[in-house]
Amino acid sequence: MFNIVTIIQRAVVQGIPLLFGSTGEIMTEKSGNLNLGTAGTMYVGAICGVIGGFFYENSAGAAFNPILGTVIPLLSAILGSLIMGLIYSFLTITLRANQNVTGLALTTFGVGIGNFFGGSLIKIVGADVPTIVLSKTSACFKAGFGFAGDLGWFGEIFLSYSWLAYLAIVIAVLCGFILRRTRVGLHLRAVGESPATADAAGISVTKYKYIATCAGSVIAGLGGLYYIMDYASGVWSADAFGDRGWLAIALVIFTLWRPTTSIWASILFGGLYILHIFIPTGSNLAVKELYKMLPYVITIIVLVISSLRNKRENQPPASLGLPYFREDR
Amino acid sequence: MNNKTPLIHITRRMDIGRPRAYTYRAIAILLAFIVCGIVTMVLTGENPFDVYKAMFTGALGSSRKIWALLQNLAILLCVGLALAPAFRMRFWNLGGDGQVLAGCIAAAACMMFLSDALPHALLIVVTLIASVLSGALWGFIPAFFKARWGTNETLFTLMMNYVAAQLASFFITSWSKDGSAKIGIINQNTQIGWFPEIGNKYMMFIIVAVILTVLMFIYMRYTKHGYEISVVGESERTAKYIGIKVRKVIIRTMLISGAICGLTGFFMVTAKDHTLTTTMVGGRGFTAVIVAWLAKFNPFTMILTAFLIVFLSQGCNQITTALELDSAFGDIITGIILFFIIGSEFFINYKIHFRKSSKKEVA
Repeated sequence: MFNIVTIIQRAVVQGIPLLFGSTGEIMTEKSGNLNLGTAGTMYVGAICGVIGGFFYENSAGAAFNPILGTVIPLLSAILGSLIMGLIYSFLTITLRANQNVTGLALTTFGVGIGNFFGGSLIKIVGADVPTIVLSKTSACFKAGFGFAGDLGWFGEIFLSYSWLAYLAIVIAVLCGFILRRTRVGLHLRAVGESPATADAAGISVTKYKYIATCAGSVIAGLGGLYYIMDYASGVWSADAFGDRGWLAIALVIFTLWRPTTSIWASILFGGLYILHIFIPTGSNLAVKELYKMLPYVITIIVLVISSLRNKRENQPPASLGLPYFREDR
Repeated sequence: MNNKTPLIHITRRMDIGRPRAYTYRAIAILLAFIVCGIVTMVLTGENPFDVYKAMFTGALGSSRKIWALLQNLAILLCVGLALAPAFRMRFWNLGGDGQVLAGCIAAAACMMFLSDALPHALLIVVTLIASVLSGALWGFIPAFFKARWGTNETLFTLMMNYVAAQLASFFITSWSKDGSAKIGIINQNTQIGWFPEIGNKYMMFIIVAVILTVLMFIYMRYTKHGYEISVVGESERTAKYIGIKVRKVIIRTMLISGAICGLTGFFMVTAKDHTLTTTMVGGRGFTAVIVAWLAKFNPFTMILTAFLIVFLSQGCNQITTALELDSAFGDIITGIILFFIIGSEFFINYKIHFRKSSKKEVA
C-alpha cells in the first residue's frame, strides 16, 4: 500500500542510525579528524549493546529489571564506542598516524568485532540458547509514548518512535548549538580550521581533538545501538547493518557539517534508502537496484555543487585529514 | 628542577636509516602478534602457540593453499599498485573497490553479449579494452572534479564505490535469466571469453602481478611522469612553479590508477571467477590502501605488506573453521596488527626526548 504516513514513519526509523552517525562524525570532523572508522564504531556500539544485554538478560532471568536492562546495554555501547574513539585518537592525534589509513583499519577491526561476537558469542560463553534474541532488552529500548496511537496520523508521524530516536534529535540540536553558539564550539571549529592558529591562541589542540573525536565516536556508537535494539528488535545478523556507516559519512557532506540540518537530511536519506520498496516497478526488479544508488549519487552531486560554489562557510574544515605537529611550520 | 621543560619533547627525525626503520616495524609486528595471541587465548581458550601453528598450516599448509595465497596476494597487490601512484600524488583514491568492480561489470558484459558475435581471441581483446576503459572512467570522474574545482576526492571516490556496487547489482538482476539475482558461471560449457590458463588456474594472476610490480616501480622511479607525480604530491605550488600542469597530472594519474583497477577486474572475471557478484572485490580497494601506504608506495615493499595481510586473513580463516567460530575473527586480528604497524610509524618519523632530571638541557 502506498501510504505516506507509513513511508515517513519508516524513513525516520531508517534515518535515526544515520542521524547518530552523522552527528558524531560532524563533531569529529569539526576538530579536523576525518574518522573513516565510523562504520566500524557503529558496529562496535551495536555489538557491545548486544553483549551487555545478553549477559544481563541471561543472568537476570525472571527478575528482569527494565531500568537495568536499559542502562547496562547503553553503558556497554558507550564504553565500546569510546574505546574505538580512543584507539583512533591515540593513533592519529598522539602518534600522528595517517587518518585515512587508521580509519580504514578501524573499520576492518570494528566490523570484525561486530560480526565475530554476533556470530560466536553463544559459543564463547557456552550459553544454551540457539540464537541471540534480546526481546526483553529490545522492549526497553522500544519504549516511547504509549498514547501515540490515539492521536491519528499526527501521533504516527511524530510520536510513535522510541526514546533513543528523540535522544538522537536532542543530541543533534545540542551539538548544533555547541558548535555555533558557545565558546567551546568556537574553539573546536578553530582547531579544525587552523590548528596552528588555535594553538597560538592558547587552545589545547590535543585536548579538543581527543574530546571531539571520542564524543563523536560515542554518539555514532549509539546509532548502532538504536539499529540493533529498536530496528532489528535485538536480533543480530551478520553484516545486517550494512553500509549505513558510510552513508552517515556521506550525510556529513550533504549537510555541509551542520548537525541540525542532519535531522531532516537523515530522514530524507532514510527514505531514499528504502524508497525502492515503495516504488512500483512491476516485474522489473532491476530498477530497484538503481533507486538504491540515489543516496550516493545525491551526495556526489552535493559534493560537486559545494565545491563549485566555493562559498567559504560550506567548505570542509580546512585542516580535515591532516595531523597537527606543533613544530612543523 | 626545571619545571618549564615539558616531560616529553618530540622532534621530527630527519633520516632514520633503513635498518633501524625495519627493526622498529619488526618489533611492532612482534608485539602485535603477542597481543593477538593473548586476544585469541582469551576468546577461544586455546594455547596461543597452537593458534600460531594453525595459522601457518592454514596459510601455507598444502600446495593448494600456497597457490590460493599467492593468487590472493597477487590480486591485492594489483589493486595496491593501481592506487600507489595516486597516493604518491596525495590523491586519496579510496575508490579501488568501485574501479575494480567497474572493470568486472564491463568484462562480464562483454563475455555475455559478445560471445556469439566475435571470435574467441578478438573477444578477449575487446573485453580487456572495455574493462580497462570502464575502470579508467571510474577513476577519471572524481579526478576531473578534483582537478577542475578541488572537489574532495576522498569522499567522492568513496561514494563511487557504492554507485558501482548498485550498478553491478542492477546489471546482475537484469541479466539473470531466472530472476534469482545471480548470474552464475558465464559460458560455463563453452568457456568462451575465458582467459586461457597458464600452468594452473592460479598462475595467470601471479604473472600479471609480477609484471605490474616491475612496470610500476620503473614508472614511479625512473620516468618523467613518476617525477611529476612526486612533485605534485610534495607541493602543488612547486609543481606549478616549475611548469608542471597539475590538473593534467592529476587526471592522467587517476586514469592510470583506474585503468589498472579495471585490468584487475578483467582478470578477476575472465581468469578467476567467471561471474559477476556485487561482493567479488570484497573490500580489497580498502585493504589495498593500507597495503600501499604501509609500503610507503614502493611496489616491491608492497609485496611484503600484501603478503602479511593475505597471510593473516587466510591463516585466521583456518583457526575459525577449526574452532567453529565466526570468520570475522580474521578481521579483528588484521585490525590489531594494522594498529601496531600504523603506530610504529610514529617512532620512525619522530624522536622522543624525555626531560633529564639534571639541569642539563636536551638539544
